[in-house]
Amino acid sequence: MSNLMVDKVATLWPEMVMLAGAVACLMTGLSSQASRRRTVVWIAAATLVIAGIIAAAGTAQATSGVGLAGMAKFIKVAVAAVGLLLLMLNTSSTSQEGVALMRDTPELGGEFFAFFLCSLTGVMLTAGADDLVWLFLALELTSLPTYVMVAMGRQKLEARESAVKYFFLGAMSAALFLYGFALLYGAAGSTQLADIHQYALDNPHDGLLMFGLVLAVVGICFKIAAVPMHFYAADVYQGAASPVTAFLAFVPKSAGFLALLLMLGIVGWPLPQPIAWLIAAIAVATMTVGNVLGLVQSNVKRVLAYSSIAHSGYMLLGVLIGPPGSAPGSGNSATSAIGNGVAAVLFYLLAYGFSTIAAFAVLACLRVENDEAQTYNDLAGLMQRRPALAAVMVVAALSLLGLPPMVGFLGKIYLFGSALTQGYVVLVVIAVLNSAISAGYYLPIAASCIFSKPMRDVQTIEAPGRQAGAVLAAILAVVLGFGGGKLVSSANDAGRVVKQKHADKVSQVDQEKQFTSQ
Amino acid sequence: MPTQSFILPLLVLVPLIAGLVMLLPLPMFNDRRNIFHWALLATLATFALSLKMAFAFDFHGPTFQLRGLTPWVSQFGLQFGWGVDAISLWLILLTTFLMPIVVLSSLTAITERSREYYFWLLLIQAAMTGTFIATDIIFFYICFEFTLVPLYFLIGVFGSGDRLRAAAVFFIYTFTGSMLTFAAVLYVAYHAGWNFDIEAMYGAARSLSGTEQAWVFLALMAGFAVKVPIWPLHTWLPLAHTEAPTAGSVILAGVLLKLGTYGILRFVLPMCPLAVLEYAPCVGIMAVCGIILTALICWVQTDIKRLIAYSSVSHLGFCVLGLFALDRLDIGAHGAVMYMVNHGLSTGALFLCVGMIYERFHTRDMEEMSGLGRSLPVWSSFMVFFVLASVGLPGLNGFVGEFLTLLGAFCSPPEVLGMVYAAVAGLGLIFGAIYLLYMVGRVIFGPTKLPHVHGKLNDLSGREIVVLAPIALACLVLGLAPNLMLDTLDNSVAQLTGPAKSQLPAAVVQKEEGTEAPRHQGTEGLVADAIGGPWSLGASVPWCLCLDPPVPSSEVSR
Repeated sequence: MSNLMVDKVATLWPEMVMLAGAVACLMTGLSSQASRRRTVVWIAAATLVIAGIIAAAGTAQATSGVGLAGMAKFIKVAVAAVGLLLLMLNTSSTSQEGVALMRDTPELGGEFFAFFLCSLTGVMLTAGADDLVWLFLALELTSLPTYVMVAMGRQKLEARESAVKYFFLGAMSAALFLYGFALLYGAAGSTQLADIHQYALDNPHDGLLMFGLVLAVVGICFKIAAVPMHFYAADVYQGAASPVTAFLAFVPKSAGFLALLLMLGIVGWPLPQPIAWLIAAIAVATMTVGNVLGLVQSNVKRVLAYSSIAHSGYMLLGVLIGPPGSAPGSGNSATSAIGNGVAAVLFYLLAYGFSTIAAFAVLACLRVENDEAQTYNDLAGLMQRRPALAAVMVVAALSLLGLPPMVGFLGKIYLFGSALTQGYVVLVVIAVLNSAISAGYYLPIAASCIFSKPMRDVQTIEAPGRQAGAVLAAILAVVLGFGGGKLVSSANDAGRVVKQKHADKVSQVDQEKQFTSQ
Repeated sequence: MPTQSFILPLLVLVPLIAGLVMLLPLPMFNDRRNIFHWALLATLATFALSLKMAFAFDFHGPTFQLRGLTPWVSQFGLQFGWGVDAISLWLILLTTFLMPIVVLSSLTAITERSREYYFWLLLIQAAMTGTFIATDIIFFYICFEFTLVPLYFLIGVFGSGDRLRAAAVFFIYTFTGSMLTFAAVLYVAYHAGWNFDIEAMYGAARSLSGTEQAWVFLALMAGFAVKVPIWPLHTWLPLAHTEAPTAGSVILAGVLLKLGTYGILRFVLPMCPLAVLEYAPCVGIMAVCGIILTALICWVQTDIKRLIAYSSVSHLGFCVLGLFALDRLDIGAHGAVMYMVNHGLSTGALFLCVGMIYERFHTRDMEEMSGLGRSLPVWSSFMVFFVLASVGLPGLNGFVGEFLTLLGAFCSPPEVLGMVYAAVAGLGLIFGAIYLLYMVGRVIFGPTKLPHVHGKLNDLSGREIVVLAPIALACLVLGLAPNLMLDTLDNSVAQLTGPAKSQLPAAVVQKEEGTEAPRHQGTEGLVADAIGGPWSLGASVPWCLCLDPPVPSSEVSR
């Protein structure tokens, strides 16, 4: 037992580095010298780099609850990399508003980045969770700092309001999935995912287990902003500072999808009929609600919030499909990466992440009358003023739309193709029609940057980090569109390898059972 | 000729790289004229390359030549595969031929943001060429989709009037259709074991059941029919055409609409033969309705540009009719390919002519002008010439395509199309003559009435003549010697229509009994009648095509 514990801790070096970095940020932020306080950003960056390297060099977890531990390594590296990009967005040299560090008040500064790192640590921990308690704590570690970041990130009443909304709804969702976890524990008699999985295999028709699972899934829907827990998204995204919104659009969503995959891993793929219907219904409702409501918004941040909802809907298709080899007749998946739903979700998370971060980064670079740029009119004529930022915005919008050759297109091939391998033709048709609807709001974003004449007095803030982050994210969205092969491979391995281990494990268990019965 | 396989990717890369270079902050590109010269140089270089391609192409060789392959995301089976057959060769030549002309025509029309303008022009050229060289359906699809972006910005930034709405309608309409195409492509690729190569896709799609093929057919057609556009999905086109800048209209009418018909020919016909036979009458009815109805709509237009835009819908109806004729000798499909090129030339030229008028008068309203023949004699000569080419005057290019597509529909087996379709579509020719000549009569002849002129009214400048003359020459050459092109198409066309024709009841009977079905003899007699009849115009007309069956019967039955 103690050996197991040691093994487990050995896989947690990236998380430990991250937490140490968070503490260091907190301490440095308390320093009385402004110059020392400014080093906080560099400490956070160094932490992310070190954690990423350790995660990349480390080995995949040997044991895990439902056999999806392969995701952990992929997600740890990905979170460290995307975290660096988000960090670039969250630095700024202006003293206007935005991030804590830029304010003159000495008591603020370090804690923002400490929370930033804590939240990312939460995602890393979620990926490696093999226990219900662990999973719950990891999810809360992801979410709790974000409530504070929303409130701190912007000195406006709106930000406070959205932080409170976010917090209360978040607490409600936490209560929901905690209730679900409790029922799962009540049914299976263990908090270990592996045990619950085994119990679910032995008792496929246990009502208590199913009920607990449904509650957990619905609760987690809050994290990924899926119907019916999507109501907060538009308000919170609008209220938070744009760099923080970018963080919200990627980090809690990643944690939510990881948790969802782990939860559904309990019953295994192909999902039992009722659960499959539930996920399919949530997917269709989420993408449709997101896209249709996105059409009627005038605030770009709200549009991107609804786009975030819609993309969660697409990704739920991948969740529905699950890892390869889990359905009969998927012979094709041996030669092609398509058909691996988990990998498709992981890849799409990154594809979506880069595109949406690029879009928020552009908004974060602009100021209108000392406030954030957030309407279509604020973007008007960006091409004449700042061609580079306009180009970034166009690339981001087209990538979110899924237009080739941007990375969003590859993501859609991956998701929709995988859904086809499992015969979900109707769902794919609904999804492509939804993509067509989404053109109705992505295009105006690109159009207002390029077509219109400048309408309002829009300034660009002097924040090299943000602008570099915007350009970098857009470049990644294009480059990964052409050269995404490596990423696809690693996502595919992440969604596949441990599943095989899991299969081995199951067969081992079976063998042992046979052995004992003999 | 493995060493020459680099020509095709260069056709895409040269405009692409030239466009990207233009975005670099070089001092050279601060001058508008330098940008113009750079774009002209790039398009001319691409045209020269395409000529090299045409000479490297062996017209008696295998269908796809100059092939090459570069991997992309091999984990998905995605790759860029390229190659040309005779059909795509002619369409590439059309594209590379029109682009320098388009650039040349834009010198005075575009005075602001010209760097963006020529960037999008070069980008759209790269994308259009990409669709034609693709032997890999995902490569085709990427270029097909990507053509939307440059044209969207060309219309939205440089268009006139209601340009924002026109651009948005154009994009969303075509994007919606092509998303369904995307679903169909994925579906077939799944059955091909995630192999997007065209041959693998053909094989996989043909092995699907009739119902599945019907769904694939409908989804593929959703994208292509909007692009063509087939009535009643054409409503985006007049808007987009009217508001687009001249260059946008020329590209749209000249090449982009052909992507739809090319897609039908290259993918729909060979991929779902069962569904093609099933739905051909349906598509035929839509094509005929489009021909007649839009011709009637043209009649009442007062905006010249809008008139020509609607005439595109009407004309492409013939093209679709020819594609779905599936007659034994492939007359219809030959005619359709011919029609694609011809329509690109003559309608493109008409849009250029209208653009020149618009630059002078800032109006395109027929009510406001008449009798231009006296004040603009050179322009009027070109206009009349292209109108006649478009109407289908024998001796000019339009006639060949129109006649062959109608003949194809006429000879089509009764299960597919047939005489009625041809007869009704033939009315479209008459209407076409009416509305175009009516327009010419009002604008060029009659009492002189000039709209308010900005500055001195000049007839065409030397540059504008250089813009129009090559197209006129091409119209004349293809009209007098269509065999230049028709003779080269036999193999390629037969391969694409073969699968659908082999599913015809007659072909199935023939395969089983090993004898010629009597219906075909009748068809042949009909063709011979047509050749000997009053239509015969001597050696210049391509009816030798019909006398000398290009398709061995073994090819047909296969």
